[in-house]
Amino acid sequence: MQPDDLILRLQKKDEKAFERLYELYSESIFGVINSVVRDEGAAEEILQDVFIKVWDNSPSYSSKKGRFFTWLLNIARNAAIDKTRSKAYKNKKKNLTHEYFVDILEHKSSFSSKIDAIGIKKYIEVLEPICKKVIDLLFFKGFTQKEASKELDMPLGTIKTRNRICINKLRELLVEK
Amino acid sequence: MNIQEYISSGILELYVYGALSDAESREVSTVLQEHDDVREEVEEIEHALQNLAMGTAPYNPEKLLASIMAKLNNGNNKVVEMQPSPAGKRQRVLMYISIAASIILLVGVFSLLSKNNALRDEIQQKESQQVVISSKIEETQSQVDQMQEELNQTQDLLEIFRSKQVYKIPLSGQKVAPDAYVNVFWDKANNKAYIDAKGLPEPPEGKVYQVWSLTLNPLTPTSMGLLDNFAQDQNKVFELENPNESQAFGITLEPAGGSKTPTMEQLYTLGTVVSNG
Repeated sequence: MQPDDLILRLQKKDEKAFERLYELYSESIFGVINSVVRDEGAAEEILQDVFIKVWDNSPSYSSKKGRFFTWLLNIARNAAIDKTRSKAYKNKKKNLTHEYFVDILEHKSSFSSKIDAIGIKKYIEVLEPICKKVIDLLFFKGFTQKEASKELDMPLGTIKTRNRICINKLRELLVEK
Repeated sequence: MNIQEYISSGILELYVYGALSDAESREVSTVLQEHDDVREEVEEIEHALQNLAMGTAPYNPEKLLASIMAKLNNGNNKVVEMQPSPAGKRQRVLMYISIAASIILLVGVFSLLSKNNALRDEIQQKESQQVVISSKIEETQSQVDQMQEELNQTQDLLEIFRSKQVYKIPLSGQKVAPDAYVNVFWDKANNKAYIDAKGLPEPPEGKVYQVWSLTLNPLTPTSMGLLDNFAQDQNKVFELENPNESQAFGITLEPAGGSKTPTMEQLYTLGTVVSNG
């Protein structure tokens, strides 16, 4: 499922391949950025910067290190978190709830056609509080397993198994497209 | 390696998150290349997470692609050359007009900005004036409060002075201060004495008036206390405890802090209790 040939062409600076990869990944990466910065305008800016970085740094990606999606995630989360550290941003955004992706999904009314909206909505309804925390930290905020274990005061192994249960539920509710 | 156990351990989810260390990630990448089960599992996890993340996107950002493409540094440095326009003259006129328009616009913007600044200064000035006024009001209010309190005190004193059960003992000036005079109002029932010391001169620096209750035959002085903060006291009426069977009252000038026995050479006023026979 990982489009290895497109990635290879991207690394050779093929614009068409870049466009295709953008179509495949931009919406989810946009979502991750938005969940961190909680601001549509800022998320748009960061998304553009991220994909420009993807273009510039594509040769540094290797499937031996991990998934292409994970590589994108890392670039996106770092850029988004950098943004939240700026003073102007801090002044603007105060008192926000922790697991912001849940809020976004709860309040969202229209989903793009690529998404199984019903599955996602249903998932948010049945999502346990601990799952919300774990997914927020590990996926959206990019915490390492160790950092999440410290933040949640849970043993490393428990984080790993709990998280798998949380993600399994998501997989059950999503219809394969 | 038991692949099913490996899959259900939850390590693959962390792998997709990027929550593993570099070494752990490389290890999973190797396993993934060797086992189709693992690769399929990873792809399903990834698919689910992508879906979840897409749900949190404000919209599908297709429209941003064009501006990203325009900014890509594609290495072969395409330089867009400016073509000399055949309608050069007309364009130049247009250019002059637009420069002129820009200048007019700029002048307008600057004058608006400076007006805006002037208004802002004015508002700030008004605000600071307001602060001054409100602090003056507060000051006045506290003065009124203070006066009210003083008035209440005076009325209380008047009540006491008029009371039937309070003895008034006039103390007259002695050798060191012939013009001095003091009235003692003795509320015997409540063991209190009010010293009206308006007729005493201000004590010199480092000195203080001390009030004595005296019993005669033999003459025994008992200190009732000091007239502290004499100079600052407005009405010069001092309230002291007097549980003694006083037959006379005297006031002497003593070093700051008072003395154990009165310094008789510095006796300012003295008076006997007549009605307390």
